[in-house]
Amino acid sequence: MTQSVHQKNDWPVIIRIGLLAGIVALYVSVVGMVNAFNTRAIVDGVLNVGRLLLMIPPLFAGQYIVRKKLVSLEISQQFLAAAAIGALAAVPLTILLLLEAFFQGLGSSLREVFVNVSPALQEILLFGISSLPVGLLVMIAVSTTLGVVGTLFYTLSARMQHIIGRVLLYTILIGLFGELFTQILRPVLGNSLRYLFRSGALTPALAIVVILVIGALVWYWPTIQIRQEAWAGRQTETQRQQFQRGRFALSILLLLALPWILNTFLSDVMNTVGLYIMMGLGLNIAVGLAGLLDLGYVTNYAVGAYVMGVLTAQPPDGSGAGLSFWIVLPLCILAAMFTGFFFALPVLRMRGDYLAIATLGFGEIIRVLAISDWLRPIIGGAQGVLYIPKPTLFGLDLFNDPRFMYYIILAGCLLVLYIIWRLNNSRTGRKWMAIREDEDVAEAMGINLVRTKVLAFTLSAAAGGLAGGILAAKLGTVFPQSFSVFVSINVLAVIIVGGMGSIPGIIVGAIVLIGLPELLREFNEYRQLIYGALLVWMMLQRPEGLIPSAVRRRELYGVEAVEDPK
Amino acid sequence: MADYLLEARSIKKQFGGLIAVNTLDFFIERGSIVSVIGPNGAGKTTFFNCITGFYQLTEGQILFDGKRLDGRAADEITKLGISRTFQNIRLFNNMTVIENIMVGQEAHLRSTWWGAVLNLPWVRKEDEQSEVRARELLSFVGLKGKGDHISSSLPYGEQRRLEIARALASKPKLILLDEPTAGMNPRETAETTEFIRRLRDELGISVLLIEHDMRVVMGISEKITVLDYGKKIAEGLPHEIQANPLVIEAYLGRGAAASAKIEISD
Repeated sequence: MTQSVHQKNDWPVIIRIGLLAGIVALYVSVVGMVNAFNTRAIVDGVLNVGRLLLMIPPLFAGQYIVRKKLVSLEISQQFLAAAAIGALAAVPLTILLLLEAFFQGLGSSLREVFVNVSPALQEILLFGISSLPVGLLVMIAVSTTLGVVGTLFYTLSARMQHIIGRVLLYTILIGLFGELFTQILRPVLGNSLRYLFRSGALTPALAIVVILVIGALVWYWPTIQIRQEAWAGRQTETQRQQFQRGRFALSILLLLALPWILNTFLSDVMNTVGLYIMMGLGLNIAVGLAGLLDLGYVTNYAVGAYVMGVLTAQPPDGSGAGLSFWIVLPLCILAAMFTGFFFALPVLRMRGDYLAIATLGFGEIIRVLAISDWLRPIIGGAQGVLYIPKPTLFGLDLFNDPRFMYYIILAGCLLVLYIIWRLNNSRTGRKWMAIREDEDVAEAMGINLVRTKVLAFTLSAAAGGLAGGILAAKLGTVFPQSFSVFVSINVLAVIIVGGMGSIPGIIVGAIVLIGLPELLREFNEYRQLIYGALLVWMMLQRPEGLIPSAVRRRELYGVEAVEDPK
Repeated sequence: MADYLLEARSIKKQFGGLIAVNTLDFFIERGSIVSVIGPNGAGKTTFFNCITGFYQLTEGQILFDGKRLDGRAADEITKLGISRTFQNIRLFNNMTVIENIMVGQEAHLRSTWWGAVLNLPWVRKEDEQSEVRARELLSFVGLKGKGDHISSSLPYGEQRRLEIARALASKPKLILLDEPTAGMNPRETAETTEFIRRLRDELGISVLLIEHDMRVVMGISEKITVLDYGKKIAEGLPHEIQANPLVIEAYLGRGAAASAKIEISD
């Protein structure tokens, strides 16, 4: 009796979820992502990103039923519902293909409106089967199976789910960045590399090995951890210190050696990531520590870059100031601190949203000034500043090579990191935290709000100025177009995705948001789309960020959740 | 003439059409415990906010230890030696207990941001001393060993005491306690009353108290001021206030005042 009641309540939800998954699949197809990513293989000849995009909606929709305990009474009913969801997830694409066939029959094509509905897409969707009815049936069957597989996954024990989830995630990541491994390993392995990676993806043979190895690792991980803890417990205090020092030295060595492990292109990507880490750390002072939402961070980046550009440029007509990079770099920082200070004074009486809008305005002011005719004689207007030489060291022209530029950026990052680490555990850091928690009470404790906030803004700006100065020298040119509001938003996104207030989070955030899109060039066209989707997903599922700080977790989940995670 | 620590002369605070504090004269003798009582909405907390610089006065002036308070920002007033607690506890919830108290010491700390970056010896020393002093205060309020807890994880009564410890950290001459026993059971209330007395007797701090619990007020106050609709309607020793018909009327209404003998004493 109850079963039928359940069915009656659940079927509308099931239909909605199925169609929703279908619409997601339709969207990624029509937008052209499936086509674009079809060339990016994960396991050569078996799986590519385009196919994966099509597989994910029915898989996740299938999980939904069990997760929400929709049809909780009988296993067979669950599978029925899952199959229905899977099949429904194929409906929108089926309609698309039928429509296209219909229009082609009329001598037209959907491509006139949706440019991406190409024969290539049809071939992908129909698994290369030339007969439309057969292909459609296969497509629906695959989608149905995926829905059931999604449900099956959730009937496994929590441990198995964890293991399978991890194995799939890591294998896909390794396959996705196969090109990276290819480039790193080629000098070592030479021609034998082709047994491991083919066309920038895992070979099926290696894929199986990787799955088995990662599976074994994840399976035995708890045991390994227990052993490791027991081992650490047996060590004396000095041994432990030695171990830690060794680990520290090793990571520094690795950081120093990194550009020589990677190639020039990857070093350049690392440099861009490094600049964003620097800016992320800087912006984190204002946003993460002091709680001042600054949407105009690009200001500092621009000021740093222009100061470097104007003061070091050596145009052929001999008009430039032509100072040395090393002298100008501190000036970049000072100039940015000055603008930060100057802009902070009028706006710090504002709170929250108002402050954010005001700083957004400052970002625009700087952009408009940069392209204005008024400042053209000094900073070149829309043309920007050209002929910025690369820095030299003792007369050596090392820094044309991004692998040497890397060391300047690494040093910059470490400097900012050190300063933030010192400030975090100081009176200043506590003042910032207190202001973020409760401005009125902080003032009642004797904290001068204006001074403390201005300090946060000024120090935050310093890191931006440093990054900007290095950017100008790295690129050799400064264009006003590079300083749009998107820089501010990207830096902010780095902090939010990484985990507000968390230093490791910022580093991971910069790698994920700035580094990965550089490596997966197909993503570039869809960068904003993926950013948007990622941010929405983060806010819903993991608002604390990828690697959250303890404070942020406490704010979101309360004290108990942090101190007793289970 | 008595030695006044705080003198408020005909102060007035107006919000639009509402006069929350109306031409009030108010004095605190050095080293005394003084209470302000009155029905809800009588302007007690507004009065506190005027003293501590949260609100700027509409009229009048306040002198503290010979210095004008009106026109000063809250942080300056704290530095002059007035600190406070809040009616609804306002701790820095995500900071540890010890960090809360260390922020409370702000008025006396000198270390700079660049000193911290360069890890200068005097900055390090000040930081260490400030932590030692914070731990001392912690044991004074009976929270020894809880320094590294997150402040919001403490039970309610301990959060109240932590708030007082934070207020004490600024080494005040005058402490303003806004309903320190609100929400406490009789045993905790008795302990807190005793504790307030210790603030004065052991630390020599003058105390200004807003309180609804008449047992606390009558037990420790050396002077009681009664506010109603922003005006002072009575002032005097506890037994005088208990017998004052205006006070009874303010609390119980006109009709009741005629028939009732004093009930507010318990």
